[in-house]
Amino acid sequence: MKPEPAQRPDAIPARLRTILPRALPWAVFALGLIVAPLIFSGGASLSILSQIGTMMLLGLSFNMLLGQGGMLSFGHAVYSGLGAYFAAHAIRLAGAGTISIPISLVPILGGLAGMLFGVLFGYVTTKKSGTTFAMITLGISELVSACALMMPEFFGGEGGVSFNRVVGRPLYGISFGPQIQVYYLIAVWLFICTLAIYAFSLTPLGRMINAVRDNPERAEFIGYDPQHVRYLTFILSSFFAGVAGALGAINFEIVSAENVSTGRSGAILLFTFIGGVDYFFGPLIGAALGVFFTELLSNYTPAWQLYLGIFFVLMVLYAPGGLSGLLVEAVRPKVLRRSILRWPLLLAICVSGLLVVFGAILAIEMLFQRSLGSDSELKLFGISVDTSLRMSYVVVGLLVFVSGISLRWAWVAFWDGADKPQTEIAGVTIRRTGT
Amino acid sequence: MSSSYQRTSLAGSAVICVTLLSTPALAETVRVAFIDPLSGTFAALGQNELQSFHAMAARANQEKWAGDNQLEFVGFDNQASPQISLVQLKNAIDQGYRYITQANGSGAALALIDAINKHNERNPGKEVMFLNHGAVDPSLTNDKCSFWHFGFDANADMKSQVLINHLATNPAIKKVYIINQDYAAGHQFTRGEKEYLKSARADLELVGEDLVPLGKVKDFSPYIAKIKASGADSVVTGNWGTDLSLLIKAAKEAGLNANFYTYYANLKGAPIAMGADGADRVRYVGIWNINNETFAGEDIATSFKQKYNDDFTWMVSYSIVAMFSKAIKESGSTDPVKVGFALEGMKATSLNGQVEMRASDHQLLQPLYIGVWTKADGKTVKYDQEGTGYGWKTEKKYEASASTQPTTCAMKRPPRS
Amino acid sequence: MEFILFTLLNGLSYGLLLFMLSSGLTLIFSMMGVLNFAHASFYMLGAYFAYSISVNLSFWVAFLAAPAIVAGLGAAVERYGLRHVHKYGHAAELLFTFGLSYIVVELVQVTWGRATVQYSIPAELDGPLFTLYGTSFPIYRGFMMLVASLMMLSIYLALTRTRVGLVVQAALTHPSMVEALGHNVPRVFTLVFAGGCGLAALAGVIGGDAFVTEPGMAATVGSIIFVVVVVGGLGSLAGALIASLLIGMVQTFAVSLDYSVLTLLTALGIQETALRGSVLRITVAQMAPMLPYMLLVLVLILRPKGLMGTREG
Repeated sequence: MKPEPAQRPDAIPARLRTILPRALPWAVFALGLIVAPLIFSGGASLSILSQIGTMMLLGLSFNMLLGQGGMLSFGHAVYSGLGAYFAAHAIRLAGAGTISIPISLVPILGGLAGMLFGVLFGYVTTKKSGTTFAMITLGISELVSACALMMPEFFGGEGGVSFNRVVGRPLYGISFGPQIQVYYLIAVWLFICTLAIYAFSLTPLGRMINAVRDNPERAEFIGYDPQHVRYLTFILSSFFAGVAGALGAINFEIVSAENVSTGRSGAILLFTFIGGVDYFFGPLIGAALGVFFTELLSNYTPAWQLYLGIFFVLMVLYAPGGLSGLLVEAVRPKVLRRSILRWPLLLAICVSGLLVVFGAILAIEMLFQRSLGSDSELKLFGISVDTSLRMSYVVVGLLVFVSGISLRWAWVAFWDGADKPQTEIAGVTIRRTGT
Repeated sequence: MSSSYQRTSLAGSAVICVTLLSTPALAETVRVAFIDPLSGTFAALGQNELQSFHAMAARANQEKWAGDNQLEFVGFDNQASPQISLVQLKNAIDQGYRYITQANGSGAALALIDAINKHNERNPGKEVMFLNHGAVDPSLTNDKCSFWHFGFDANADMKSQVLINHLATNPAIKKVYIINQDYAAGHQFTRGEKEYLKSARADLELVGEDLVPLGKVKDFSPYIAKIKASGADSVVTGNWGTDLSLLIKAAKEAGLNANFYTYYANLKGAPIAMGADGADRVRYVGIWNINNETFAGEDIATSFKQKYNDDFTWMVSYSIVAMFSKAIKESGSTDPVKVGFALEGMKATSLNGQVEMRASDHQLLQPLYIGVWTKADGKTVKYDQEGTGYGWKTEKKYEASASTQPTTCAMKRPPRS
Repeated sequence: MEFILFTLLNGLSYGLLLFMLSSGLTLIFSMMGVLNFAHASFYMLGAYFAYSISVNLSFWVAFLAAPAIVAGLGAAVERYGLRHVHKYGHAAELLFTFGLSYIVVELVQVTWGRATVQYSIPAELDGPLFTLYGTSFPIYRGFMMLVASLMMLSIYLALTRTRVGLVVQAALTHPSMVEALGHNVPRVFTLVFAGGCGLAALAGVIGGDAFVTEPGMAATVGSIIFVVVVVGGLGSLAGALIASLLIGMVQTFAVSLDYSVLTLLTALGIQETALRGSVLRITVAQMAPMLPYMLLVLVLILRPKGLMGTREG
């Protein structure tokens, strides 16, 4: 849970001596999970928290591939989705009395199902890394999502497979009917799986996958088959994806074709990258932000997908380390000292940055209003704009332009005479190494 | 943000304040959550439908259809996903909504009614009702029927029955080809169509059938070649979206002069893609056609076009607002249980004539229209669609009895309180 | 007989369209190592620009201007976006274009609306080219095949016979050497990316009115062109051509095969009613649009370089 770059294996054994600093982040994490529903109560926010929980686990399992293994998968939803379907069928069977399984253990079943397909498809996909890997996962994802519609017997067709998560008699008053109980089920599983995934990163296999990511040839020289290492990691990642899928199924009480769709896979990739793939806790931030975009922002603006896309592209352009990378960068003593010393410039950056964001949001909302709405009047942030007037666009455009220039100026002045977090390389270096 | 969009609670309460000021104190504002796609590719459809509800509610409020009560429809974006529909249902319930409406995708509809059944069972006294404005899976009013669901569109089987029987009335048609999308609703269409073909006319022959993956096919010419090789003179298809427009385009290109009997050719987007290619050979079955025998509803369509610069096609919004208002007025309550009992068996006049909400399964029984894509002539085709210069000529209107089907619904009702 | 002939022609013309779509992608990949996820978005932009221009001016102006505009946009994307993320490696470049595809589809919807636009075939290209046994072959498909063939020829000539083409090819294998000789390699990259986007837009101009111009059009071709490029062998133009034609043919012919595993079993005398509802009932025709993806998986298992590829991933 620490901001520990995954690519620095030597950093960890040094800290083994003291247990407290290692346990502290986990205690904070556990506490956060316990307290969160007390702060955000109410049916809808509980449901959002539950979704964030499953998304976090999904992101962590995805990052086993992308962050730790350098495998860019466009089909991660296949494994979580299939895990979810198996979980749904199991709960249905349990409800009918055919089999007997407590709801709290269904995620294991989902995980095993995800793992099974990981064994199956992973054998094909992990033969290659880099671009070819990405393309095969895309192909498999397309195949599975098409099959989901073609075979309603298993996938339940358009309506999906729905079920009642209240199965059997409640144990100690826990029936998993109320949302709060489901939340804690997800939280417990999330905590256990996060521990397990973190532990995985410390195992020899976890170390080897980093080596395979960074230099497959050398890994092979020291006697490891990169393909085998990738395959094993892929299978484990599929297991955790399956667990996340099953938890999502229990939360929604329905699994439908969208759970295995390519769109869902793309969303997982987007969120995880935004969170940051270099740090273990990156996907946790990404998941929270992702659910914020899809579930909350979508209630307020039809342009949310555009915001998500722009946000993602900006991250790729200016902060490829994701939000977690930015965060770690920002609390470095060097940066903090500079921030305190040059606080007026920092203030200027913040103000002009806010103005740019404000102007951009205004512009986007105006365009959407014009393309969708019937009214020409847009009310936003307490101001009212007439979207039918050309003048409004000119004013907003000017605002963005001017504040953009001042942002750039302040930014340059702030970093003046110092190494920027990511130094620009003069000209273009041509890299022909693999992805 | 557009006015049709759900706003922050602040803006929302401002709206309520305004409505409170303009109405007598005892009257209530009955809010209905419209859970359909409002962003992404399907947004055009969802926005048009929501605007139709806004227009109808404005009319109902002005003319006091529901007595002193006001109706308000508020959009909740479900991103065309069953799961997000459920999240939005929760949001709506949290905000105190007791009524929801949805149409696009039977998947979302089945998920919603399932969740509503569970919610109502777990929360007596806080029941929620689902006014379905267009999800057409027959199971919604058969094996999965519920007291809390009311279907205002004709279901897929009812439409298939009328479409095939209408096709059979043309003696020139001998050989029929069926092509549908490869998913649950498409399978349902194929099943129903084959069944009605068998019983419609003895010499009607089914010469071939195909299932195409949903939205995956770019080039339909191989399918057209196959249809041509089968010697079919008519094609029946439940395709929608590009799967329909591309089929019709490819047919025109290859010189296939078959008739097309469809369900969704009047849906937003299809007319403009079809253009002149579909003239005189594409037909659709639906609950309404603006070029109907008396041009009923043309005033609504004209004012709608003026306000939103879009065609009014979503007539089901009229049926819902009219009958829902009437139920509130007659029961003297806005409680879903009472409104539900008032809606059961209700007879009313909608823009397509006499309609009845069958009590046994909550399926609206109503006349259906068959329209044929024709050049606008100002007489029978007064109104075109999407500015193409073509519109739907009413070929035949079938009274409700033509599509009335038995139901397997065994409905469980709440106690009348 | 005429069924086979027309199926052949349909398969060929569809295959050529796929080639038009994927050639730009292949070009960019082979020169820059960037797998452009937004390629289909440039295809869509081409169609929409062509629509706007053809409504206001004429189809023929659009035919030339739309690819040029999109090539300009492509150059800007390379100059101000891709070049910036280049230093973070190919994965970052891929992700950048992936994010771009999200933005383009939204901007297209804001600019041209969410519904289908009325972009139709020009009158002079509308109608049958020839009619055989009552089935007609449209002029427009012939035109499509012609444009694709010309495009193929000109790419080949441009790369092998012109000075710029030679520099481009040299920059592919020996970038530092080319730079040392005084050529501006980054500018070559911009040129290549712009060219690739222009080719996608040309496919959009042609494909937009043959099919339907709507915001979902990029998504429907998005993954199939990757299949073409990977099956053909990443970076191989000849491979892309072969894969396009192969996929066009396979998909077109498969539609006419109403056979499933179940039919085979029945023919062998195995009558099992229990199997009727199972996966085995799915016919080849039903699976036709999915066959390219199966081909992809198959090719990558048997020949990971792709059909004509020289290097892996």
